[in-house]
Amino acid sequence: MLIRNAPDLKDCDVTDQGLYLARRQFIAGAAGLGLAACGGASPASAAPLKYSPNRMSIDENKTPLDDVTGYNNFYEFGTGKEDPAAYAKMMRSRPWTITVDGLCDRPGSVDIDELIRRFPLEERIYRMRCVEAWSMVIPWVGFPLASLIKSVGPKSSAKYVAFETLRDPRQMPGQRSAVIQWPYREGLRLDEAMNPLTLLAVGLYGQTLPNQNGAPIRLVVPWKYGFKGIKSIVRIRLTDRRPQTSWQMLAPGEYGFYGNVNPAVDHPRWSQAKERRIGEFFRRKTLPFNGYGEQVAHLYRGLDPRKLY
Amino acid sequence: MARANAARLESPAVWALCAAPLLLIFYWGFTSQLTANPVEFVLRDLGLWGLRFLCLTLAVTLLAKYANLPWLMRYRRRIGLWAFAYVALHLTVYLGAAHEFDWAEIGADIAKRPYITIGMAAFALLIPLAVTSAAAVRRRMKPRSWRALHRLVYVIAIMGVAHYFLLVKADIRSPLLYAAIVATLLGARLVASARPRKARAAG
Repeated sequence: MLIRNAPDLKDCDVTDQGLYLARRQFIAGAAGLGLAACGGASPASAAPLKYSPNRMSIDENKTPLDDVTGYNNFYEFGTGKEDPAAYAKMMRSRPWTITVDGLCDRPGSVDIDELIRRFPLEERIYRMRCVEAWSMVIPWVGFPLASLIKSVGPKSSAKYVAFETLRDPRQMPGQRSAVIQWPYREGLRLDEAMNPLTLLAVGLYGQTLPNQNGAPIRLVVPWKYGFKGIKSIVRIRLTDRRPQTSWQMLAPGEYGFYGNVNPAVDHPRWSQAKERRIGEFFRRKTLPFNGYGEQVAHLYRGLDPRKLY
Repeated sequence: MARANAARLESPAVWALCAAPLLLIFYWGFTSQLTANPVEFVLRDLGLWGLRFLCLTLAVTLLAKYANLPWLMRYRRRIGLWAFAYVALHLTVYLGAAHEFDWAEIGADIAKRPYITIGMAAFALLIPLAVTSAAAVRRRMKPRSWRALHRLVYVIAIMGVAHYFLLVKADIRSPLLYAAIVATLLGARLVASARPRKARAAG
């Protein structure tokens, strides 16, 4: 608590960089440490960010950086968990323009660095629960999506927010096969988008986002499954209709629009009751809304909880 | 002399090749290369090798008979038993590491999810094949019934592919590849056995 309230303290003051880099030292010994220190841990393009801590952070052990950057679902670079780390360097994440349009008073396009200057950055240490029943704890750096939406003046007719990822098969080799209907699409209800937990992340572990984590800007909605956290966003659109979302388009029986973490509703092919926290051997119980029920359960009052997945 | 030496090395070489995928898992384990989610990775890897070895046993019979590589037949049983070993290890990791021997959860998984049901049934069918592969048991069986029983391996391979196909989220390219391999092997076997007399007479 003390730490979180001290405005000058950064993530690196709490956890020594060497400590989180030293992944699975107990198995690998010196070899593992050497690999983590000089391998994929910090991409060449990573730059430090200025941010302040935030009290919405949770107090749990953070997942080591090389797990956060080495084990990803980002089908634009291949469907293997290690494909993004291997191929995401093909993407240019600077310069980068994001278009915000649709039902708002001030639509427009903005350069990512200009956007980062416009909004004060905060660190948010959040749980991330993948629909595949594994989870991480990630120290994101970003700003609330609500700040961006307010700045463009949403019209009263706007009810939903639609997001799109870059589509460019030259930079994203995974898009050369039609595993998903490209570009990747996601959406939120406007009240979900305006919730203070909902973050546009531009960094993690104090540095700009590595490409495989969705550089230069991605969505983080910690009470929803990871697939809702659309990466490498090029367009944000306010709309009056519920947007189509990629996984629901692909398998409507398996992925809902909400994608809320819900241990009571199984994925048709596996139980969601437990999860494996990366780095732990025994599974943990999955919490409703991924443990963020206090902040978000009110958004879904009156909706059938069995449909909230 | 050289030939005799080569023959002496042949059997250990086959053994080493069969064990290599398993040894590789241990090597990756000791050098922390099992990804951030080792349980999932090992589960998938063992399952894939089970399927690959099933395909290999099917290929051995065909290659021995029709590609004039009769010496391969000496290793068919061994390759088949390795297939069983990889599938059994895959199942052990599923029960112990993925589900921590939570039998209620495992029972629900088998009942609710077709790919688990099929996988379990395929493993159950493999057991009699493994048992009857022992020379002493085989000798006590009629050759005709032994062969009939062991033709089950085609059914098991198809079930293995179905199990794989039903579990992937979106990218069905790899399961499709194994479906094509099993279909080709089965097709070749059917074509070959449709004209057995002729082939044998020619040989």
